[in-house]
Amino acid sequence: MHLSETATTGYFFLAPWLVFAPVIGLLVNIIFGGRFSEKVIGTVASLASGASFVVSVLLAWSLAAGHGAAVTVPFLEWIHIGNLELDWAFRVDSLSTTMMLVVSGVGTLIHIYAIGYMHEDVRFKGDPGRFRRFFVFLNLFIAMMMILVSGDSYLMLFVGWEGVGLCSFLLIGFWYDMDTLGRPSWANSNAAKKAFVTNRVGDFGFLVAAFLMFWAFGSFQFDEVFEAAHAVAPGVIVAITLFMLIGVAGKSAQIPLYVWLPDAMAGPTPVSALIHAATMVTAGVYLITRSAELYTLVPQAQYIVAMTGAITALFAATIAVGQYDIKKVLAYSTISQLGFMVAAVGMGAFVAGMFHLVTHAFFKALLFLSAGSVILGLERGHHHAEHSHHEQKSKGKGGKSKVEGGHGAHDRHEEVFDPGDMRNMGGLRKTMPVTFWLYMIGTLALAGIVPFAGFWSKDEILLDASLHYPTVYLLLSIAAFFTAFYMGRQIWMVFFGEPRHEAAAHAEESKPIITAPLMVLAALSLLGGALNLPFEGFHQLGHWLEYTLHEVEALPLDLQVAGISTLLALTAIFLSWLIYGRNPLKAGQPDPLKKPLGFIFTGMENKWFVDEGYFAVIINPFKRLSYFLADVVDWRFWHDWFHETVIAGTYNWLSNIGLNLYADQKGIDAFANWLGTATQSLSATLRKVQNGFVRSYALSVLVGVVFILGYLILKS
Amino acid sequence: MIPVEYYIILSAILFAIGVAGVLVRRNALIIFMSIELMLNSANLAIVAFSSVLKSFSGQVFVFFVIAVAAAEVAVGLALMVEIFKAKHSIDVDQMNSLKG
Amino acid sequence: MTPNLILFLILALVAVATALGMLFSKNAVYSALFLVLNFVTVAVFYLLLGAPFIAMAQITVYAGAIMVLFLFVIMLLGAERLPDTHVLPWQKPLATVLTVILALESTYLLWTKARPSGAVLPPGAEVNTVDNLRAMAMTLFNDYLLPFEVTSVLLLVAMVGVIVLVRREKGQKS
Repeated sequence: MHLSETATTGYFFLAPWLVFAPVIGLLVNIIFGGRFSEKVIGTVASLASGASFVVSVLLAWSLAAGHGAAVTVPFLEWIHIGNLELDWAFRVDSLSTTMMLVVSGVGTLIHIYAIGYMHEDVRFKGDPGRFRRFFVFLNLFIAMMMILVSGDSYLMLFVGWEGVGLCSFLLIGFWYDMDTLGRPSWANSNAAKKAFVTNRVGDFGFLVAAFLMFWAFGSFQFDEVFEAAHAVAPGVIVAITLFMLIGVAGKSAQIPLYVWLPDAMAGPTPVSALIHAATMVTAGVYLITRSAELYTLVPQAQYIVAMTGAITALFAATIAVGQYDIKKVLAYSTISQLGFMVAAVGMGAFVAGMFHLVTHAFFKALLFLSAGSVILGLERGHHHAEHSHHEQKSKGKGGKSKVEGGHGAHDRHEEVFDPGDMRNMGGLRKTMPVTFWLYMIGTLALAGIVPFAGFWSKDEILLDASLHYPTVYLLLSIAAFFTAFYMGRQIWMVFFGEPRHEAAAHAEESKPIITAPLMVLAALSLLGGALNLPFEGFHQLGHWLEYTLHEVEALPLDLQVAGISTLLALTAIFLSWLIYGRNPLKAGQPDPLKKPLGFIFTGMENKWFVDEGYFAVIINPFKRLSYFLADVVDWRFWHDWFHETVIAGTYNWLSNIGLNLYADQKGIDAFANWLGTATQSLSATLRKVQNGFVRSYALSVLVGVVFILGYLILKS
Repeated sequence: MIPVEYYIILSAILFAIGVAGVLVRRNALIIFMSIELMLNSANLAIVAFSSVLKSFSGQVFVFFVIAVAAAEVAVGLALMVEIFKAKHSIDVDQMNSLKG
Repeated sequence: MTPNLILFLILALVAVATALGMLFSKNAVYSALFLVLNFVTVAVFYLLLGAPFIAMAQITVYAGAIMVLFLFVIMLLGAERLPDTHVLPWQKPLATVLTVILALESTYLLWTKARPSGAVLPPGAEVNTVDNLRAMAMTLFNDYLLPFEVTSVLLLVAMVGVIVLVRREKGQKS
């Protein structure tokens, strides 16, 4: 049934524990978590995720020992109807193990980080009870992501795909009853809904692709689909791949469905790092890489994918320049980098895409978590400043703004302090040195400076593009320029200059439990490039993935491309220093780019009004259509007129006149009454026979005997 | 030598007289006696056939009939005593409460 | 007309006459006594037919036990006569007509249809011998042993039933 070999040696039998370790962790926390302290809850969740990582390592090791031959581990019969056989099987090959290692490795580090982060976050937000819930969701996410990457068929992949979508929804809306600043509002849950609905559009595309696939190939199994794909008309493959692209656009935040990802920053920062930067959003890239055999059959579709990625990369990078929220900048940066990956896999440079996926997981997780550390530092500073403020004036209750409630927020201006706004920061280099250096490493890796991980992976993508798709190369280069620019802008605004807010001046460094995982990620960001160095004899990731992807092009380092990209990055950083570093921003001063760029910067600041455009073009007309359908068509036409008047009225008339009066009363009733009367009179006659005299009964017996004998005589 | 039909005809006549007794008399005891007469006529027929066929089975049956008749009379007379206690009469026409 | 036939006719006449006597006697005691006579006549028929055991049983059980019981009950209840009533006026004539029809019909049927070949016993045959009795006993206790025992159970049941029927309940008024 499977084309791949079945597991015989190695640790492949452990594959189900990829999913079950986190599931056990979350069950333990659900059932017993109420009695645990926060540390125990965090430890259980981290251990569960860590166990998943250990299993991934063992699987990778077994795979390497078996020379990378893909292994299918059958686990469960799921749906068996007639000839349709859908099973839950684990596919262990070099591609899936790469994803497993990234997901569980980065995931475990973020779990550890979250112990420290959530400890403070739940207290700033004023509901420590949600600590346990957070780790349950996080473990559920790891389990779902593992189902996604380890599935043996598009159907199991879809199960995980939907599962991570659910986790994303739950975690974006984690603080569902407040906005990002902690004020009572439905903003966060609206962000969660937006993410969910937008993903639903993408999932629709995925589903259509899956149905087409089943219609064309009769299977969801990867191997069987790829086997059959060669025999099918290219038009079908084009349709499948393009519908799949819609799914990818939804999950991996590509144009036109990227709009949910910036809003998803409403979730706690570890969530932004784990789900909305490192792992879940890369599922789309994984999907395309997994379907490499389908995409390589249809160059037209590949071109569309590559262009989508490239345009997204540039578009999001321009928006990132105009953002003030530290996490929003990183969010648009994530969209941009995902654009790089999608462009890469679209061009057929699957190794480059996967390489960038891995390095991006390292440095973007690092950046997000460092940003979380910065935000926490500012929260602490704000708390400290406000506290001393209140002590001096010896009035007010002190403490957090959340406690004051809605009306209090309007009374005092400082209640709406936003710890994520870069305009409130500045000079954090001195107060938070560890976080500063970690953030620097992440920034350099993202900007693509030698020898950080981002340089190698981005360069490989650019090199591929320069060889095959000049347009894509141009777009991506400009995007890379913007990337370096907005990251430079961020560094200058956040860490240099003078504090622009009391909170920034009093900011405190985070504890080791927060910084320790960051250091691991920083090391990976620094050294991650070693996974696939573009020199003869290296290309380890390429060789590793070759087991799964077959034809892999190992390109040598092209000094021209590398030089141009490095030059662009350095120029951009220099430019950002000129604008933001030389004359640091003062408190209350508008962005220095606002004047020279004018309406262009306004566009960047407002995300090119895409959300407003969606509202005007799709959502508002949709709402109006819904109102029209609900009120006029459904209620007035269908309900009032058709159902009430036509159907119910006709029915009433018919049943009253036709059935009740004629059929029932004059027909059935009359017959039933006649039957009753007839029976009554008949029995009234017959009862006279029952006179009670036993002699007459005996006489009737004798009459019978006489008649029978008479019959016998006459018969003979 | 007597033809067996004579016995049969005698038996039939006795049986008819018994039937008439059941139908005509109102005294429950006499009705009972008439029933005994009918049993006897049947017995007579059986013994006649048994004699013709040279088989003793008929006689054995008659013996059983006599035993059953004895049991029947015992129970029947006990019932009659009970009825008399309740109704103070053994006129069967008095026992007509079971009518439509 | 052989002597046997003459004897038969005389006895038949007696039997029918006593039966009719039972039927028409106004007094139940007379009816019972007529019936005893009838039973004895039938017992003689049994002897003529070569069934001495049945004849004895007839006299002891029927004429002796059962009819004594009848007389006993008649006298106990004091129900020798019943007052005349006028219910069911059509019952008597109709019953008479039907009974006559029944008698005619059955006679005709038996005369024409049921004809076991041969006659009852050759003239002058020694019928009521001990051997004959012994043969009948063999039949009764060999072939019909189980029914015989069941009969005894039946009699026991009847006895118990009678006792239960006439027993005076505890606390019941006599």
